[in-house]
Amino acid sequence: MIDIQNLTRIYDGRAAVDDVSLTVEAGQIAALVGTSGSGKTTLLRMINRLVEPSSGRVLIDGQDTRQVAPHLLRRRIGYAIQGHGLFPHRTVGQNIATVPRLLGWDQAAIRDRVDELLTLFQMEPDQFRDRMPHELSGGQQQRVGVARALAAKPDLLLMDEPFGALDPVIRAKAQADLRDIQRRLGTTLILVTHDMEEAVTLGDRIAVMDKGRLAQYAPPTEILTAPATPFVRDLIGLDQRPFHLLSLTPAHVLAREGQAEGPALPRDATLRDALAECLWSGRDALPVEGGGVITLAALRAQAAPQARAAE
Amino acid sequence: MRPRLDRPGLLFAIVGLAGLALPLVQFKPNRIVPGEGLTLPAALPWGWPLLLTLAAVLVAGCLRWPSVLRLGAAAAGLLTVLLALGAAATHLTPPDDTLARVAPAAGFWLMALAFALMLADALARMNPALWLRWLILAGAVASMGVLLASGALDGVSVMREYAARQDIFLREARAHLTLAFGSLTLALLVGLPLGVALYQARRLRGPVLSVLNILQTIPSLALFGVMIPIFGWIAANVPGAAQAGVAGIGLFPALVALFLYSLLPVVSNTLTGLTGVNPATREAAIGLGLTQPQLLVQVLIPLALPVLLAAVRIVLVQNIGLAVIAGLIGGGGFGTFVFQGLNQTAMDLVLLGALPTIALALIAGIALDLLVRSSRRTA
Repeated sequence: MIDIQNLTRIYDGRAAVDDVSLTVEAGQIAALVGTSGSGKTTLLRMINRLVEPSSGRVLIDGQDTRQVAPHLLRRRIGYAIQGHGLFPHRTVGQNIATVPRLLGWDQAAIRDRVDELLTLFQMEPDQFRDRMPHELSGGQQQRVGVARALAAKPDLLLMDEPFGALDPVIRAKAQADLRDIQRRLGTTLILVTHDMEEAVTLGDRIAVMDKGRLAQYAPPTEILTAPATPFVRDLIGLDQRPFHLLSLTPAHVLAREGQAEGPALPRDATLRDALAECLWSGRDALPVEGGGVITLAALRAQAAPQARAAE
Repeated sequence: MRPRLDRPGLLFAIVGLAGLALPLVQFKPNRIVPGEGLTLPAALPWGWPLLLTLAAVLVAGCLRWPSVLRLGAAAAGLLTVLLALGAAATHLTPPDDTLARVAPAAGFWLMALAFALMLADALARMNPALWLRWLILAGAVASMGVLLASGALDGVSVMREYAARQDIFLREARAHLTLAFGSLTLALLVGLPLGVALYQARRLRGPVLSVLNILQTIPSLALFGVMIPIFGWIAANVPGAAQAGVAGIGLFPALVALFLYSLLPVVSNTLTGLTGVNPATREAAIGLGLTQPQLLVQVLIPLALPVLLAAVRIVLVQNIGLAVIAGLIGGGGFGTFVFQGLNQTAMDLVLLGALPTIALALIAGIALDLLVRSSRRTA
């Protein structure tokens, strides 16, 4: 559990982060969202002490981070950034092995861990272990960057715009993979993004930062249906609100008894996918894989009342 | 297919043919008086056929040939010109005449230049692999050594000067290398940490680099002028200084001067190399938990290595050349021969100092270029 208490960082008399408190439960994903200059990256960097707080404190599983030397603290916390920051003079395997080597793992354990992570990220170890970073595609470099962050089995992973440099198709896949891996490993994840869609897709809770202050910290549904300030509402984008909301629920949840024509929707597709399919194929109802149908009316009901109640 | 004209080849041919028309050697009754120029046919009994052969090779070089062929022709041409010089010297010097000198003249230098250029051009076009380049460099050095040791050139004036000074030559060669490599080592010992410190302390960069820039612009003679009284005073008045090697003239001030001139390239390249590392790489390294020394040793320095080696190359080549000036203040090195020769108007003695200096600088330059290349490939 990560407990951020009254964290403040002052630069030149101006607060970049102003008295922020929030708690991230173990195994959850918290997404820090905000415009540039909102202090979200500074907040993230205070957690592993890349930036020292001016006041306030961070507790990781009850322990104050100030009690540990910064470099030792960072070795316990995974860290992945935009543009991956891989060491260009080291192989993929050596890059991933960075923190285990710093921690003094023995060679065999390191080798096993590298192969395990490469496999986890769907990269054939024999094929990728000895390649240099510049020989990889952007998506592969990003995966190696995350694998490197996870190498020493940290309980906490910090990510700063990890998918910022990827094109939309690869990004969607990378997000889904990250979510899978995070669930499987049970890692607590704090992620900085400027993209509300990414925050909604990945976050169990979303922290919206505005001019250094925490504007709202809540689950995605609540952020979407009950934005705490005008800034939060603007950040969601009024035109995007129903779609974000629909994207939170998998299709099978809304499936009811009935008959419908045409190809079936995959079971784990979101309601947003269902709506898109209805509009595109001109159907009022879609069959869902594994039984049941989704109707356009049900989709409308799902998107509208909560949103309207919140107005 | 019509053979096509090769423009560089045309240039080499013009230079080489001009060399064939000019005197190959200069015959002097003794080492100081000006002599009489002799062209290739006049200097050697078989001069005409040799001249025609060389001319034919140069003219043929104007056309496109495979690079390997050009390389072979250029190497053979260079060797022939060198051997012709040696043969002319032996042929022209009357037996038992220890005073007469046969010195290389304009024709020799131009022909050697033409074939050397042709050789370099052919090599550049072949773009050989790294290991092959090392092999070629080693081969060139070894063949020059064999040629000198064979005695084929012993009649040439420069080698006569060498023969008269064999023991001193070795001593001065050692002094020259000490000056060049010693100053480089000192500059690295001081410059690398200084560069790293400037990288950490951004505010100090401007002032320190300005001081080093000013040092760089002081002419070497002026620098000696300043150092001689200062070090002289220190040696005389500070107890233990003279024993430690401090002196107004000699090796010490020369070493200090070369060291000071080397600081700017080392410091500024260190800084450039370190700041050139991708900020994301640096950020990730710190975020993963590397300590500052680990960051420096494991990430920043390896990534800056090509730029650091480039600094070593600049400094080494610069100092091999600059070390000649040490001869002026009794610091030793090949400069000793240069300045002695100038005083005695014995140009052959000047060459005895200048030629090894040039050869050393060339070898060091090429070898370090190859090192920089190989470090780029791994980085």
